[in-house]
Amino acid sequence: MTESVYLKNGGMTPVAAIPRLEYGDFGQAIVTQVQKGQARVAAYFAVLSDEPGAVLEIFAILARERHGDLAVFRTLVGERFESLTPNCSQVHLFEREIAEQFGVIPEGHPWLKPVRFHRSWRPDHDAWGRDPAAHPLVGDLDFYRIDGDGVHEVAVGPVHAGVIEPGHFRFQCYGETVMHLEISLGYQHRDLERMLLGGPHPATPSQIETIGGDSTVAHMSAYSKVIEGLTGCPAPARAKAIRALGLELERLANHVGDLGALSGDVGFLPTASYCGRLRGDYLNMTAHLCGSRFGRGLVRPGGVLFDLQSSLSARILAALEDCEANTIGAIRLFFDTPSVLSRLEGIGRLSRSAAEDLGLVGVAAKACGVPRDCRFFFPTGIYQQEFDELITDENGDVFARARVRSREVEVSLGLVRRILGNLPKGETMIPMGPLPPESLAVTLVEGWRGEVVHVGLTDGTGSFRRYKIVDPSFHNWSGLALALRDQQISDFPLCNKSFNLSYAGFDL
Amino acid sequence: MIQVLLERYRQGFRTGAFPRLEPVLPERFRGLPIFGGCPANCRECETTCPFGACQVVDSQVIVDLGRCLFCADCPACVHGRLSFSTEYRLAADRREGLRYGGGTYSPAEGLEPKLKKLFGRSLKLRQVSAGGCNGCEADCNVLGTLVFDLGRFGIQFVASPRHADGILVTGPVNENMRSALLDTYAAIPEPKIVIASGACAISGGPYQESTEGCRGVSELVPVDLFVPGCPPHPYTLLDGLLRMLGKRK
Ligand code: SF4
Repeated sequence: MTESVYLKNGGMTPVAAIPRLEYGDFGQAIVTQVQKGQARVAAYFAVLSDEPGAVLEIFAILARERHGDLAVFRTLVGERFESLTPNCSQVHLFEREIAEQFGVIPEGHPWLKPVRFHRSWRPDHDAWGRDPAAHPLVGDLDFYRIDGDGVHEVAVGPVHAGVIEPGHFRFQCYGETVMHLEISLGYQHRDLERMLLGGPHPATPSQIETIGGDSTVAHMSAYSKVIEGLTGCPAPARAKAIRALGLELERLANHVGDLGALSGDVGFLPTASYCGRLRGDYLNMTAHLCGSRFGRGLVRPGGVLFDLQSSLSARILAALEDCEANTIGAIRLFFDTPSVLSRLEGIGRLSRSAAEDLGLVGVAAKACGVPRDCRFFFPTGIYQQEFDELITDENGDVFARARVRSREVEVSLGLVRRILGNLPKGETMIPMGPLPPESLAVTLVEGWRGEVVHVGLTDGTGSFRRYKIVDPSFHNWSGLALALRDQQISDFPLCNKSFNLSYAGFDL
Repeated sequence: MIQVLLERYRQGFRTGAFPRLEPVLPERFRGLPIFGGCPANCRECETTCPFGACQVVDSQVIVDLGRCLFCADCPACVHGRLSFSTEYRLAADRREGLRYGGGTYSPAEGLEPKLKKLFGRSLKLRQVSAGGCNGCEADCNVLGTLVFDLGRFGIQFVASPRHADGILVTGPVNENMRSALLDTYAAIPEPKIVIASGACAISGGPYQESTEGCRGVSELVPVDLFVPGCPPHPYTLLDGLLRMLGKRK
């Protein structure tokens, strides 16, 4: 067993207690645990180091579902170090991210390309030797290319046809069949992680709430738990229940909206229009709770800003009553229609092993039969008592991703009812003290897309030396690229919708 | 088929009565700020608002709705003199119009008569998302659902800028989206209009201190309608669009 610190979800440790391994042992520890299926890489990030001979210190956080804990260890590296990706694909994007941020080279990385197209955080050190004076050109990379008779390339984006976020997709096609899809993002990059350095600042809550605007409650809950973990002051039980309510309403709105969007994409308009409006009804319930349809201002470190009086509870319950039957009806109609099913089944299939190798999370992983849900494996708050319905499906296709959503909708409806019916008494907010120096805290929250990971690392004065955000989309975009192999290019919108990943959450 | 019809019957008719009736917004909705009665010579809000939304001019507080994020825990006024009403009609024609000093707020009056005539009955918009969080996009999309039914006002989002009369921009316009935004704008035939929807698009919103550009769209192209909010409520946006076209006063 490797030396490391084991934390519970939301736990904190002094940095000094985190063992610093030799790079070889560090790599070995990750590779063996991941290969044996004992752990997966939840976060992996670097900070500048002033140790002699070192450039960076890399922290690895491995989630261990079976133990319900997180293993944390670290290592030092120089300008060049051996890439772990050939033996552990789960770090492929994390290593690219570190290379882009600090201009270091993970040697032997099979796919070392920029992730978000920004200047290096270390002036004059660029992993690709680009001009340090100029902003890198977004999308300027060596796309994978297939040549040959009848092979052609299709480029889509960054600006798409719908009202959606920007990203670039490059397809290598043989006739109608996609042989390879490369996804190049970074168009939404606004340098979020660096704006958090030295914080928490007064602007921090608004920036955290807008990491991915459709996952405000998930990200803000994760952030608040990091602060609460660091200070050792957990939020009151009532606040935790209200957060869970916000999180489940967020899941309901988005899952219902996604099912509607899938329905629209296959041309089945009844469910598309019902779900489009029902999504709004769930958003409005959140607005009743906190004034914002996206849960802005609901959650803060220490608790929640809005209490749920019994009159408001009753009101939300009544709204739920109205929506529930319509939601179930709209979804049932969708799954009972043979022409819909024939468009979903077998499309955009991803194998269980690919999902595990890439470390996919959330709906995309569950649809491949991979059990992943922080509410189940790393429960906090009300999920410790109230959550035992881990949903998975089998085929990893569009149908499975749709069905995971529909079953999660049913579970969330039940949860919302139970939360509203059994709200702990007491206060909703406690004051937070200053953050302790040289400490690290990690939290996982199961947002509607999947696992949101936040890591706070403080410096000697108790300010953020690094704040790492891992949106579920960070892992899952690679899953979409793989799911497109051997598919008809015309099925791309459907596959894309079935993943419905965040560009902003990825681009940060 | 029968199942489709039964379900259709059960789901009922859901399009809102807007603009005939004013929408009922949640009690906790945060719209137009309410402030006043400040202690003499107090200028604290100029520094306490992290987004620079407050300014004191001749001992009169001015809240810039283009920078305001309508925070639930608004840190601006340490004396607790700033709160929010549920007034949602906030869109303005000019950037200056968003600088609100209290009292009655005058929302947008709309395009010049020639443009109103041209676009009033049919307006096609291309949406460009430029570095935001997808909140604004989501609540813009929602106008297409049957509750709002944007199409009944002759307004439609289209796929190609060549088919569009204007763009609706969301997001602060970060470095990586600047040229794509300008290209899209250039591809729209004249005369064209620009709508900046959300605090980001107006002023950079929560990202105004970013190293990646993010100062809003009016630095790049002239804007005809500013819609405040983070994100703007769908009714704020819809109200703004209708005012712009002269369909609401
Ligand atoms: S204004 Fe707010 S909701 Fe809109 S894109 Fe910016 S951060 Fe997101």
